[in-house]
Formats: sequence, structure tokens, C-alpha cells
Amino acid sequence: MIQSNNVSLLEVKNLKVHFPVKTGIFSGVHETVKAVDDVSFSIAPGETLGLVGESGCGKTTLGRAIMRLVEPTAGSVFLDGEDITGMRGATLRARRRKFQMIFQDPYGSLNPRMTVEQIVGEALDIHNLVDSSSARKKRIEELLHAVGLDALYAQRYPHEFSGGQRQRIGIARALAVEPKLIICDEPVSALDVSVQAQIINLLSDLQQQRGIAYLFIAHDLAVVEHISQRVMVMYLGKIVEAAEAEKMIREPLHPYTQALISAVPEVNPETKRQRVVLPGDVPSPIHPPEGCPFHPRCPIAADGKCSQEVPALLEKSPGHVAACHFAGKKI
Amino acid sequence: MSLLEIKDLKLDFGRGAEAARAVDGVSITIEAGETVCLVGESGCGKSVTAQSIARLVPVPPANYVGGEIWLNGRDVLKMPIGELREIRGGVVSYVFQEPGAALNPVFRVGNQIKESLKLHKPEKANDAEVIRLLKLVGIPAPESRIRNYPFEMSGGMQQRVMIAMALASEPKLLVADEPTTALDVTIQAQILDLLRDLKNRLGMAILLITHNLGIVGDMADRVAVMYAGQIVELAAAGDLLRRPLHPYTKALMNSVPKLSGNMDRLVTIPGNVPRIGNFPPGCRFAPRCPVARPSCSDAVPELVEVEPKRWVRCPYWNDPIK
Repeated sequence: MIQSNNVSLLEVKNLKVHFPVKTGIFSGVHETVKAVDDVSFSIAPGETLGLVGESGCGKTTLGRAIMRLVEPTAGSVFLDGEDITGMRGATLRARRRKFQMIFQDPYGSLNPRMTVEQIVGEALDIHNLVDSSSARKKRIEELLHAVGLDALYAQRYPHEFSGGQRQRIGIARALAVEPKLIICDEPVSALDVSVQAQIINLLSDLQQQRGIAYLFIAHDLAVVEHISQRVMVMYLGKIVEAAEAEKMIREPLHPYTQALISAVPEVNPETKRQRVVLPGDVPSPIHPPEGCPFHPRCPIAADGKCSQEVPALLEKSPGHVAACHFAGKKI
Repeated sequence: MSLLEIKDLKLDFGRGAEAARAVDGVSITIEAGETVCLVGESGCGKSVTAQSIARLVPVPPANYVGGEIWLNGRDVLKMPIGELREIRGGVVSYVFQEPGAALNPVFRVGNQIKESLKLHKPEKANDAEVIRLLKLVGIPAPESRIRNYPFEMSGGMQQRVMIAMALASEPKLLVADEPTTALDVTIQAQILDLLRDLKNRLGMAILLITHNLGIVGDMADRVAVMYAGQIVELAAAGDLLRRPLHPYTKALMNSVPKLSGNMDRLVTIPGNVPRIGNFPPGCRFAPRCPVARPSCSDAVPELVEVEPKRWVRCPYWNDPIK
């Protein structure tokens, strides 16, 4: 169990999202992609939990399942102690005030035919958060100011903004309902390096001012480690390791985490790490390998055990869990 | 004589009143067997510079306004189209960012590689040579892979096919334009290893375009940092990463999160990357620069050799940044 120290804001229990794969109509074969396979964790109020993994590992699906943008196949999601897994319609919509999402693509996630005021104001209208048009205007100005945009921009359309500014609009939209949790799905990976840093700093400032918790999903380990207190690593739908960010980087236990860390290109020539290059590609999630899903690419996999037994996610030291038969062995 | 010598290249998009300068006076040389990195953010002109080497930027809308590009002893900008065809693939080959978009989806990968061979090495345009090339770029079971279509391969495999295709003609210079940006980190490490290994075995020069400073440290002998159509710093890779001199390079390096376990605030560069056609007057970095003074916006500073083999386009490079 990947547990935050305090009372948790979000608690995910044994969450599974399986997608049926289309085969022939008459073939009668029913295959499933196990995009998220038995994932459990929790986030404390005001905490940032990072989630890293390669493309296709299920990290975005996990985020969307928590948001109830895709239906979980099994398991449950508790927000503020309340089970939101079975909620629908108006009940669910009311709960959405508590959790919001920021998307990866600042170009695709803003309606090009709405002005900034309409985009940010939509959430205020849906949840009846303002009672007069002057209060609405004032609130939108506040929100734009909070994300570092000039209030003059309210009447403009998304195409008039750069990628970084659009991402700020997306953040203002998420903030409008004063959520307790924001799920950030690769919020900086579409941005230029110099703009990435601005958005990362903005997210940490907002967290300090407003006590928002983040689930920060990204493929860039350095970015995730920078912003998160705890980090989870995902591979083929399963969490393979989770720990405090600093501990994870210093003493990674799972061979996949070790390889991920070693694959991050290092800017400083003095602190060059020994690089481990993993062979092969991420396997197809339709037919994940038997046993440990990582064993075909794993440099320390042992015959027999790793290809047959699925390793359980076990606590190796306080707050540090890993799913590996040989956790802690250096590769 | 260097393998490649770009002298004061100037390129506009559009003509007359609508002309917008995308590349403004870029000079760079690459020796045989050397790896040079071009680093910069989107819209800085790094890809246009690289594509100009084989005159791949379509004219119009582009317009070469000035400069020379000497490749293997000949000026590419003055070449007739027939000669240009020999150069493309023959002397310089390209690997692009999106292998999925660069490969033709309706031809088998073996045939696509063979097409490159037919053009440049017609005597070797056979399956055996294609298999040898696929083996060279580390594709397992190449005999069965040559009959695959691109969609049957993963992104990393597709990029290996692109590299095989680029190597088919044994070029002297390989231009890799963000070859790993679309790939996962573990696959990125594989492709970078492959490029380094091929360079050592085949002795070709590589011009690597990237926005990732980490890749520079891994790959480059020398590095040129571009900003708004100009080179702002040029140095040996180790020197530049150890001690960047231009304020933009310094800021860029500080704004990248590092795997070190500290949670300090990142140093950011205020404002946005200027767009082509909208470059500020004088020093183009001045509006975002922490050490800029009013006079910086008067004239574009020269690229000066401030230390042996280190060029910087900033008169105040020695000023400490607060």
C-alpha cells in the first residue's frame, strides 16, 4: 500500500481499468488491455505525488479514471472520505468542484471559439459560484492574475497566446472552482524549456498559497522529482516502485527505476552517471509477459522465478515499496 | 578544408515587405568525423539552418538572401538541381524527429531502404544489403523485418529504420533533427548509443539538433546555442556545459530541473520565445535578459571570440547574474 503519512485526501483502492480490444465480430475472442491493473495509493492534502512511466504504461488512463473521465473496471476511488466510484450525473458534477485536471496539450484542450473569459467563467457558471456579472468579472480577473496573466487578456481567444500562456489559461480554469486536488497530465512536456520552468514554479507557488494537492503525471523523471514529495513508477499498468522523491533517486530498488534514472541525460559533465541501456521496447499491454512484466528487458532477471511469479508490491523500508523479486540489487 | 562550412547564412520567409528573417547570419563549420550540436528552443532557426545544408527548405516561401554553404568543397546554394540530388543522401543524410511521419506508410520498410540504395549505390540495391543495414542499426531478426510495414514497428524501431535508410548511401554527414524527442527515455538512450557507436565505426560527422542540454553532454564535441535566428554561443561541449558564458545559455541551463534531490525554485527566463518576424531590436535576448542594460537594444552585438575557441554574442558575458 502506497500510503501518505497524514489523513488522505484521495484514496485509490485496487483500481483496474481494462479496455476490451476489438477482434472480429464472429471470432468470439475477447481480449483486454489492462491499462491500469490493481493500483492503490493515497494523496494527503497539499501534497504532490508524482507518477512517471513511459508511453503506454497507463499513467494517463489512471489519471482519467480518478477523474471519472473513463469508467474504472474495478476498485474504488475515495475523495475526502467519500466513494466517488459509483456516482453519476448531478452528484458527480457537484463533487468535481473538489478535483480538476490540467491537460498535456495546451492547443487541444482550450475551445478555440471561446474567449478566455468564457473558458475560465464556464466553471463558475456551472457551479453557481458567483451571483452577479460584476462579481464574475472580478473573480476571472483574480484568477488570471493568480496565474500571471494580464486581466486585459480576458476578451482574447486561445490562438492569440503562446503555448506557455495557454497552459496558464488551463490552470486558471482548473483553479476557478477552488479544487483540493488537481491532476496534472504532462502539463509541461509540450512547452519550451525556458517556459517549462515558469509553469513548474507557478504550480508550486499555487500549491503553497492554496494548499492544493497534485497528482503530477509526466514521463520526465527530473521534472517529476523536482516537484513531487513522493514518486510512483508505473510499468505496463502496474506500480513497480514508490518512495519519497529524494529516496527514490538516491536508492532506487527496482531495476526499471534504476534504468530510468540512468537514462536521464545529464547536463553537468562532472556528475556523469553510469548508463544502463535497456534492451527492447515496452511490450504490448494486450499480451503482457508472464510473471514479472519487466523480466524480458530486465538485466538482473533470473531464470524460472522472474518469468513465472508475479512479484508483489512489498514495503522494503518505511514508505518505500517495490515489486521485484530482487529489489535493491544493483544493475 | 572542413567537411561543412556555413558562412553568414541568411534566410527569409516571404519576400519584400512581408519578409521575416528566420536565420540571420549563422556561421558554423563541421570537420569530418565530428559531432556538433545545435541547441535552441522552438522557432530559433535550428531546423531551418540544418535543412539548408541540402537546400531542403522550399523556395518559395523561403528565400536565401545571403551566405554560402560549402559542403565537401562545393557551394550548395549555387548548385544546379541535378548535382543537388547527388548531394542529398550522397554526402548528407537526414533523420527527422517523427519517424512515423517520415516513413511512407504504404511501402514495406525493406523497399524504402532499397530506394535509397537504388539512387546512390545501384549495384548494392538488394535484400542482402538491406539486411546488413538493418543489422547495423540493431534491429533483431532483420530477415523477417524487411517485409514489415512501418505501422508494424514501434517508434524506436521506426527510428532505427530511418537511420538505416540515412546510412544506406554512406554519407559523410548525418543530420539528426531531434531524433529522440518523440521517443521514450529508455528508447532515447538506445538511439543515442546507436548514433555514437555508428559514428565511431563509420567515421561520419553528425550534426545533432536538440533542445535537450542533457543530450549535448552525452553526444557533442562542440555545441552552438541558437536564439532568435542567431548563434549566441559556440564552444566545445564540455566547456560550455561546465561554464556557460552567454546569459541565455546560463538561464537555459538553470531552468532545467536536475536529478539531485533538491526542491529549490527553478530559475526561470521571463517572457516568451520571440516568434520569427517579431524579433526585438538590438540584442534579441535583451528583453528577457537579467544583465541587460538600455544600450543592449540599440545594436545587435557581434559574435566575439572571448577565450580561445569560445565565441559569445554578448559584451557583458562576464557580468555575474544576480
